[in-house]
Amino acid sequence: MKAGTNLEKVLTSGNFAVTAEAGPPKGTSAEVIRKKGELLRNCTDAVNVTDNQTAIVRMSSWAGCLILKQIGIEPVMQMVVRDRNRLALQADVLGAVAMGIGNILCLSGDHQRFGNHPTARGVFDIDSIQLIQTMKRMRDEKKFINGEDISGEVPLFIGAAANPFADPFEYRAPRLAKKVKAGVDFIQTQAVFDVVRFKKWMDMVNELGLSQQAHILAGVIPMKSVGMARYMKSSVPGIIVPDEMMKRMEQAKSAKEEGVKLTLEIVQQIKEIPGIHGIHIMAVGWEDIVGEVVEKCGLMPRPKV
Amino acid sequence: MKTITKQKPLEEVMKYVEKCPSVYIIGCGTCATLCHTGGKSEVLAMKEKLEATGKKVPGWMIIPTACDELTKYALRDEAATIKQADCILAMTCGVGVQTIALHLKDTKQIYPALNTMFLGTETKPGQFIEVCLQCGACVLGRTASICPLVRCAKLLFNGPCGGSAGGKCEISKDVPCAWQMVYDRLKEMGRLDIMEELAPIKDWGVSVSGGPRSTDLEAECKVS
Repeated sequence: MKAGTNLEKVLTSGNFAVTAEAGPPKGTSAEVIRKKGELLRNCTDAVNVTDNQTAIVRMSSWAGCLILKQIGIEPVMQMVVRDRNRLALQADVLGAVAMGIGNILCLSGDHQRFGNHPTARGVFDIDSIQLIQTMKRMRDEKKFINGEDISGEVPLFIGAAANPFADPFEYRAPRLAKKVKAGVDFIQTQAVFDVVRFKKWMDMVNELGLSQQAHILAGVIPMKSVGMARYMKSSVPGIIVPDEMMKRMEQAKSAKEEGVKLTLEIVQQIKEIPGIHGIHIMAVGWEDIVGEVVEKCGLMPRPKV
Repeated sequence: MKTITKQKPLEEVMKYVEKCPSVYIIGCGTCATLCHTGGKSEVLAMKEKLEATGKKVPGWMIIPTACDELTKYALRDEAATIKQADCILAMTCGVGVQTIALHLKDTKQIYPALNTMFLGTETKPGQFIEVCLQCGACVLGRTASICPLVRCAKLLFNGPCGGSAGGKCEISKDVPCAWQMVYDRLKEMGRLDIMEELAPIKDWGVSVSGGPRSTDLEAECKVS
């Protein structure tokens, strides 16, 4: 065991993992996080807390993680390199470990231009792959980037993202290989709608032997409305919503029901793909649907490990 | 290499010179002339605008290359006229403004009329793009001569992020993805293996984060 977190145990024991996402509020209410946490408690193995998602200022990820921990829900702390330099990143890793947070997800972060402080200076001192390397070194060698010793253990289960829907497509599996080489333990992918492309990517991933070296969780987003589907298709960087799915959403009597149906179909197909070890459900603003999705996918109850 | 400049909004310039009834204008015959931001015609247009608001412009000049040491002599030749003015409005890049400040004998305010944007290379006649961050530790050998530090909006060192689509950057459909360009070039060269290597963590201490940089050619090149 590297960190001994619930997520790590579920994955290493060969179970099909389920994670979901709880975005912190644009304010100070711990109750918002607790409410989302309660909706996700029984149907997930761990809950991601986003880090200034889409470059919009929110309660910090570590604080959100701590609130979840206090009510007995295991967090995955997301960390973007957009907002912090190497000093702050390493300091926050130490702080997170001190508070018992063991799962950390390394991300670049959406560009600040998309957010609510578009005139901010993006930090980007190190990149997301270098953050993986940094955390691996902190854990395995107990050393900082500069080579100095860290006092105490740094048990971490290191995560990262992968986007099979971005370009150049042929580079997407080699890029994952770099993350594996850097020391990643688990991967949560961008939301899958285009299953054909996702399968093609997984073929390349399996051929490189990467799914044996890191646990890959496929991302899914239940679409709540036609508007949301359109927004994701046209405005979210790195998401592909096939025309066929758009049509189904547009023609459905109830977009909500169709959104859930689509998600279930996608998950069923994903589960068949060799090398997939779980799903990551990003139900932004629709956390109460996660339980139903997990139940209908036949993934309940969650394993006690 | 060209220093690309843009004119500041007139309101900002007017705010600077608000308390100066008399303004001396300096343009630059090199980059600012090429950018049509601080050449002779722009200086004369500025003169007209200032005079239209009731200000006096006792003199103006175009220094051939404002960032050059010869600026010292140009300022000396114009010293008598400059003395009559309450301030100088410099239609030059930031280096020009500071070179003027360095050599000006008067203790006058020098206000910038331009914003200094970047070091540009010309892609088409009249079109410039930013290509070098002047980071002090060149990485072009790993990136097929395309600098990701300035051409990738997230300064990534290890390949394209998840926002690269159809060769474009996530920040705008008008911005090419630097790493797609790097990938294409390395593929052509049969050197995609370079993109499989983990890039070392960068030393920003030799860059803008390390305090003002300087060099002493005599000491470094052993010239005497």
